[in-house]
Amino acid sequence: MPIKKDNSITADTFLDGIWKENPVFVMLLGMCPVLAVTNSVSNALAMGLATTFVLLCSSGLISLLRHLIPKEVRIATYIVIIATFVTITDYVIQAVSLELYNALGAFIQLIVVNCMILGRAEAYASKHHLLKTIVNSLGMGLGFTFALLCLGSVRELLGNGSLLGYAIFGDSFQPWVVMVLPPGGFIVLGAWLLLFNWLKERKINNTQHSSNTFVKNKGVV
Amino acid sequence: MNQHHSPQRASSLSMIITLGVVAMLSGLLVVLTWQLTLAPIQENQRIMIEKAIFQVIPKATQRRTYQIKNNSLTAYDSHKSNTGKNKKNNSALLFYAAYDDQGQLKGIAAEAAAQGYADMVRLLYGYDPQCQCIRGFSVIKMTETPGLGDKILTDQAFLSNFSALDARLDKAHNTLAHRIVTVKHGSKKQAWEIDAISGATITSKAVGKAINQGAEQLLPRLYPYLSQLQTLNASTTKPSHNKKGKQ
Repeated sequence: MPIKKDNSITADTFLDGIWKENPVFVMLLGMCPVLAVTNSVSNALAMGLATTFVLLCSSGLISLLRHLIPKEVRIATYIVIIATFVTITDYVIQAVSLELYNALGAFIQLIVVNCMILGRAEAYASKHHLLKTIVNSLGMGLGFTFALLCLGSVRELLGNGSLLGYAIFGDSFQPWVVMVLPPGGFIVLGAWLLLFNWLKERKINNTQHSSNTFVKNKGVV
Repeated sequence: MNQHHSPQRASSLSMIITLGVVAMLSGLLVVLTWQLTLAPIQENQRIMIEKAIFQVIPKATQRRTYQIKNNSLTAYDSHKSNTGKNKKNNSALLFYAAYDDQGQLKGIAAEAAAQGYADMVRLLYGYDPQCQCIRGFSVIKMTETPGLGDKILTDQAFLSNFSALDARLDKAHNTLAHRIVTVKHGSKKQAWEIDAISGATITSKAVGKAINQGAEQLLPRLYPYLSQLQTLNASTTKPSHNKKGKQ
């Protein structure tokens, strides 16, 4: 990806995070929660939204302060800012539902070390103005949530025979317990990565074919 | 604050100021959130305990919290406990007495905990003084493996252990007549044994251990007060609103 220097906000600013630079399927960032809390759709959704919130707030604040933070202490500053929003999320989730809080366990606190968030702060928020950062972070966060949901739905469906707690298969269905266990996370992640890379490769092949004819007609590369 | 665009190295002072300001800002935000969420979190915890009590003692509709401390039974003020100081007091045993609409004692619930597979399994068990048995339990907090350890909540065969788990006291009322133990799946013979779930033996054992420890500690000390707790009367009810003026 070429680094965009302009300040204009395009659809790509938002969509990059969801598809082209999806933090999980393309950049392989934040694998810890991806593997650990995707054993059900509701956990995946809650984790995704919590991460999105932290990402959005911390990137926004970092973008606002980007001219004020000396670069020698920028990482420390970013971590403090991220940790603040993680703590806030932690309290808010406890206030919303203790059951959800217990289900997510330590992984709420571990959002602090999610490299996607620090990566966004370092690579994007510290270089772009507020609005653009927020649009991009929202895309990244939703892309992360989307990826967690992809894993969560497959794992809950196969491992528990249900989606969002509602039984999908009949009683005769024998759940694959391995799917809700850690190995299931790796297996499902591998399968999704395979699918994504296959789609990407096919798209590249297709565009190469079509661009060949395109170049002939227009004479531009 | 000073803006540092051009210099190669920012001065130490500006670094300190930046970190200080950011830390203060974050401290402010955290304290603010803590203040705002404190009430709903405590309310959630109360609801969760209450739900758990009524789950393990199904016929109950109201509950009172008591503590046994220095060989005396006192009503426990839940508002004081929120300061966290009382909880550290080891000699005080906390339990919940659950009553039905008529104010008849339906059961006693108390918290217990034991090491499970991943972390402590904290649960609430329901004790029926009439049959001197454990009638059920509810997990307050656990981080057991989903799909395996958390079967203790869903496995019907396992839960049937708690239809009437023997927790009689011995003749001297000093301890349990029989220790509550978890046995290997399919080998339960006695009323005080818990049949483990195959594949979740460690978690099943944690449940047995927690209940055994809790019951061994609480029930002998609770015994002298059982008759006193039998019905809700004026002396044990919570002091109701003082300003009950004429309508």
